[in-house]
Amino acid sequence: MFLFVVFALIALAAAVGVITSRKPVYSALFLLLNFATLAALYIMVEAQFLAAVQIIVYAGAVIVLFLFVVMLIGGGELDDIGGRNKKFLARLTWPRGIALVLGLGLLVAVGYGLLSGQLMTATNDAAAFGQGSVQAIAAVLYTDYALPFELASILLLVGMIGAVALAQPPKKD
Amino acid sequence: MDYLRNFFVNLARSWTAWIGGFLPDWGVNLVNYLVVGIILVLMPVIATLTLTWMERKVIGRIQNRIGPNRVGPWGIFQAFADAVKMLIKEDIVPSGADKPVFNLAPILIAGAAALLWAVVPFGRGMIGQNLNIGALYVVAVGSITTIAVIMAGWSSNNKFALLGAFRVVAQLLSYEIPMVLSIATVVLVTGTMRMGDIVERQVAPFIVVLPVAFITYLLAAAAETGRAPFDLLEADSEIVAGYFVEYSGLKFGWFYIAEYGNLFAIAAITTTLFLGGWRGPFVSVAPALGPFYFVIKSVAVIFVLMWIRGTWPRFRIDQMLAFAWKVLVPASLANLLWSAIVLQIGRQPEQLGPTIVQMILLLVGNVAILAVTGLLLGRAARRYAAQHGWAGA
Repeated sequence: MFLFVVFALIALAAAVGVITSRKPVYSALFLLLNFATLAALYIMVEAQFLAAVQIIVYAGAVIVLFLFVVMLIGGGELDDIGGRNKKFLARLTWPRGIALVLGLGLLVAVGYGLLSGQLMTATNDAAAFGQGSVQAIAAVLYTDYALPFELASILLLVGMIGAVALAQPPKKD
Repeated sequence: MDYLRNFFVNLARSWTAWIGGFLPDWGVNLVNYLVVGIILVLMPVIATLTLTWMERKVIGRIQNRIGPNRVGPWGIFQAFADAVKMLIKEDIVPSGADKPVFNLAPILIAGAAALLWAVVPFGRGMIGQNLNIGALYVVAVGSITTIAVIMAGWSSNNKFALLGAFRVVAQLLSYEIPMVLSIATVVLVTGTMRMGDIVERQVAPFIVVLPVAFITYLLAAAAETGRAPFDLLEADSEIVAGYFVEYSGLKFGWFYIAEYGNLFAIAAITTTLFLGGWRGPFVSVAPALGPFYFVIKSVAVIFVLMWIRGTWPRFRIDQMLAFAWKVLVPASLANLLWSAIVLQIGRQPEQLGPTIVQMILLLVGNVAILAVTGLLLGRAARRYAAQHGWAGA
C-alpha cells in the first residue's frame, strides 16, 4: 500500500507536469515518467507482461516519436498559450469548453465507478489467476479474442502499406 | 571441498546467516538488497575498467600496434589513469543547453546499463531476479537507452549532437525489430521467457541450432550498443562525436560506463540465449564452475565484437538501415516462421525444450535461410557493381 501511494503520487505529479510544462520536450519527458510509474503499478498487481509492454511501446516507441517530432519542428518555449493574459471566460473557446465537459464527465464516471464498486471486481489475487504471465495472456488472446487480434493486425498492415505508398517517389514518365 | 563445489551459493548462505546473527529479518533483507544493488551498480564500472584495457590491446594488436603499455605492467592501470583524468576534468555545461535534461541524460543511460544485469543468470540460481518476462525485460530496458540518448542530443544545443540523436532514433528503432525477432525465436523454442529457464532448457547451445538467430542477434546488438561498424551515432568524421559531444568530465564518463556496461551485458545475454549460459563440463558436479564458464563465454563474445570493430569500416546510415530492413528482418522472420512450424511437428505435451529431431530440422532450416540470404546478397552486390561499372562485375 505504501509503495502504491508513492507511485500514484509520482504519477499524478507527472501528469500535472505534462499539462503545465511550458516546453513541449518537458511535457514528453513528464509523460514518460507517468508511463514508467504506471508500469511500476502494473508490476505491483503482478501484471509483469503488461508492464514490460508498457515500457517497450510507450517509452520505446511513442515517447521517442513525440520527442522526434518536437525536435524536428523545434522544441521552443510556448510563451503565450492561447492568450494567457486574457480573463478565464474569454479564453474558454468552444473546443476548450467541450474538452472541459468531457474531462469532467470522465472524472465523474471514474469516481462513480470507484464509489459504487464497479471498478473493483478484479480485486482478487491476480497472481493466482496467472494474469501477469505470458502464457495466460497468449491463451486468451489467440483463442477467445483471435478475431479482434487479427483485425487489429490487419489495421496495422493497412497503415504500413499506406505509409509505404505515400513515401514512394513519384514515377518518372 | 563440498563448500567449494557450490561456492557462491554457500557464500551467500553463510553471509546471510552471519548478519542474521545480530540483525532482525527485515534488516537482513535490507542489507542483502543493498549489497545486490551495489553489485549491480558496480558491474558496469568494473566492466568499463577491464574492457577498455582489453579493447585497446585487441584493437592495437589488430592494427599492428602494442596498445597501452606505460601505466603498470602491460598497461593494465591505463583505465584507472583515464578514470582519474575524467574525475579531475572541468565540468562544462554549454550555454543555451537545457540544464535539467542535460544533467539527467547521463544518469538515465547509466541506470539503464545497470538495470540489464538484474536478469543475467551467472549460474544455476545465481540470477538477480528470474522474472517471468526476462527476455522482454531486456528489450524494455534497452528502449530506455534510446530516450536517454535523445535527451542528451537535444539538450546539448549543438547541431552535431542533434544529428547524432536523429540517427539514434532511426538506427535503434530499426535494429530493435530483428533483435526482438531473434529473441522471440529462442523464446519460442524454449517455451519460456525466464532467463534462468532458457539456460536450463538449452541442451545444445542454440548457436549450433539457430545460427541465423545468433548472427541476427549479435549484429542487432552491436548496432543497439552503437559499436563499430554501426557507430553512426558517434561517427567522428561526420558528426564530431554525436550525441555526447558537449559532455565533459564525469558526465562524459557515465556515457563511457554505459557503453561498456551495455557491451558486457549484451555479451552476457548472447551467452545466455545462444551459448548455453553457465552450462559446461562438470557443472552438474560443481555448480561453482558455472559462473567461470559464463564469464569465459561472455569475454569470447566481446572479443568477437572487438574483432569486428577492428576489421570493418563504418557503414553509411542509409546502407545500414537498408541492411536491417531488407536483410535482417526478412531472415529472422523466416527463421521465426520455420521454428514455429518445426515445433508443431511431433510435439509432445509437457515438452520442455526441443527434441533432437526438432533441433536437426531447425538447423537445416537455418542453414537454408543463411544460404538464400547469402545468394540474394551476392546477386545484389553484383548488380550494384555492374550499375557502377566496377571491375569484377
